[in-house]
Amino acid sequence: MSVTTPPAATTRPSQSPRVHWRHRLAERGVDGQLWLLAPAVLFVVLLFLYPFFYGLGLSFQPTEGGPFSDYARFFGDAYQRGTIWTTLGLALPAALLNVLASVPIAYRMRGRFRGKRLVTILLVVPITLGTVLTAQGLLNFLGPTGWFNRVLLALHLTDEPVRLVHNYWGVFFSLIITGFPFAFLLVLSYLSGIDPTLERAAATLGAGWWQRFRAVTLPLLMPGLATTFCLTFVLAFSVFPSAVLVGNPAGETRVISIAAYQAAYEQYDYPYASAIAMVMGFIELVIISVVLLARTRLYTGSSGGKG
Amino acid sequence: MRVTAPDFSQLRLDGVSRRFGSQDALTGLDLTIQAGEFIALLGPSGCGKSTALNCLAGLLPLTAGSIWQDERRVDTLPPERRGFGMVFQNYALFPHMSVRANVAFGLRMRRLPRDEIRRRTTEAIRLVHLEEHADKLPGQLSGGQQQRVAIARAVVLEPSLVLMDEPLSNLDAKLRLEMRTEIRRLHQSLGLTTVYVTHDQEEALSLADRLVVLRAGRVQQIGSPQTLHTRPANWHVADFMGYRNLWPMRAQSAQGALVEVEADGFRLVGDPVGDIAPGEAVMAGVRPEDVRVDDPGEAATNTMPAEIEVVEYQGRELAAEARTAAGIRVHLRTDRRVAPGDMVALIIDPQRLLIFPNDSDEQPSGPLVDEVGTRLEEPGLVG
Repeated sequence: MSVTTPPAATTRPSQSPRVHWRHRLAERGVDGQLWLLAPAVLFVVLLFLYPFFYGLGLSFQPTEGGPFSDYARFFGDAYQRGTIWTTLGLALPAALLNVLASVPIAYRMRGRFRGKRLVTILLVVPITLGTVLTAQGLLNFLGPTGWFNRVLLALHLTDEPVRLVHNYWGVFFSLIITGFPFAFLLVLSYLSGIDPTLERAAATLGAGWWQRFRAVTLPLLMPGLATTFCLTFVLAFSVFPSAVLVGNPAGETRVISIAAYQAAYEQYDYPYASAIAMVMGFIELVIISVVLLARTRLYTGSSGGKG
Repeated sequence: MRVTAPDFSQLRLDGVSRRFGSQDALTGLDLTIQAGEFIALLGPSGCGKSTALNCLAGLLPLTAGSIWQDERRVDTLPPERRGFGMVFQNYALFPHMSVRANVAFGLRMRRLPRDEIRRRTTEAIRLVHLEEHADKLPGQLSGGQQQRVAIARAVVLEPSLVLMDEPLSNLDAKLRLEMRTEIRRLHQSLGLTTVYVTHDQEEALSLADRLVVLRAGRVQQIGSPQTLHTRPANWHVADFMGYRNLWPMRAQSAQGALVEVEADGFRLVGDPVGDIAPGEAVMAGVRPEDVRVDDPGEAATNTMPAEIEVVEYQGRELAAEARTAAGIRVHLRTDRRVAPGDMVALIIDPQRLLIFPNDSDEQPSGPLVDEVGTRLEEPGLVG
């Protein structure tokens, strides 16, 4: 560094030398590391954006009638339209239960204790099973001659087997078994992100455990719960295999994805199937928007923890 | 804020102990705190001071012992029923609540009338000079302001005991001094019984009525700032209280009330702390400010020729490090303008050189001799 002032310095204000383009790009976050995003962008374009817009276009080109006639057909047919309510009737309670059940368990499981890893593995292992294995397990366990009903009968709690598969409840249980681990892991990580000192501070200020949870932990956890709800809801809303395997795909668990599947692979009406898929996506979008809009009203800043 | 008469006369810790697994974090802490007193728990990190505070607050269960507030046993109560206020090192403000809501939290938990909550909250916020920030979230405040909120939140309940866990350690030097004065002012005006944990001896000396020095989970000394400053109970406390010069030596003979000590043919006369028999291993300690610097001259008692090696400018004074002919490093403070390479005489008043029994093989925290290699050349110092 030179000690003498360069003569240019006196004329600098009028010259205002342009900042090097590299600095200007870096200011906007454009640098070499951006290339790390390339595979993800390619993936999204090829496997999501292209098929989505292709389907969207297809849904406006029905085999007969105007561009909206397939949508009109779907909403005009009560049997088809009803799949929306059937799916929502499964996905909303299942997602809600997954989130609500995760909270107390994750609340107890944060921090360290002996056997935490084992319990976590047990809670998370259903993720690895896959829907088909879960369905088979449910059929064996909850079926008319399954262990559950045999125990009920043996204890004379019931005279005839309780029907828990091939109906609404079979699909519901399947959604809980596959969705809960996701919800639990997410809620656990959100909870670990909340500084445990906050609850200690609340305790020294005279708050009992319920007040501590209600006034401190829950408000800080709510944004995380909203996100978790959205993710498990999306998982549950696109339910297909379990609706067929442990549900009643012709009746009470004829979900919207079954309607789309039948249009595409039983009637070979791709435009109609695309229209149903678009309706499905739109409903998901509406629910998520509502939840995320509500989430913006919550405190979403730092909660002081390691998260 | 009203100065309330304390609702107890003394708080008694009776053999309070805490183990973590096989590790003793705190062993048999006996301490009686008078109402209105400001107690500092002082010690290096890991000495058990925070453990003691958390045990008092009820955030950690005791392994043994009991805590009594007059005749009321409090160690069996959960934290929310002890009625102690606590200020945390990281402030632990509720990030989703405004300053006002944070301060009001404890009052709300007590289900006080709305008017009273508002009045006392406003008063507490005024006490810590945060009126114009009352509606902000903690994240919008500076560290010092957050600490003020934490203090207001704890004292608004007029707790019988305020616990402070290194409340100033996250602040920068200037703010730390300001907040120190603030805490002292609050304590003097409100008369709140306070237990204050710190590793900063200066902070403890300036704030506390009484200091408790802990080391490895055990109490080393309990006493007034003056006592700890001038008469540490052992060399560990001395090490912690700013006796930067600690030299392992051997006792030779008593000289009246004083004792002569020796290392490697080098002799000093100092004031013994406790009983010291001739031949015993001792630790001789003196503060840097008690080492006088003079021109080199004749040999006399406690006068050592030395060469100045390192000099740090510290405003009015210089902090310097000198090496004596015998190879001992001496930390000193002087207002003489010394420079590295100067030959000087170092003089220590025998009353200011404390001779402690050296009970362990441990070395003082500051290395006696910087390089490991040079220590081996001075076997007399280590023995």
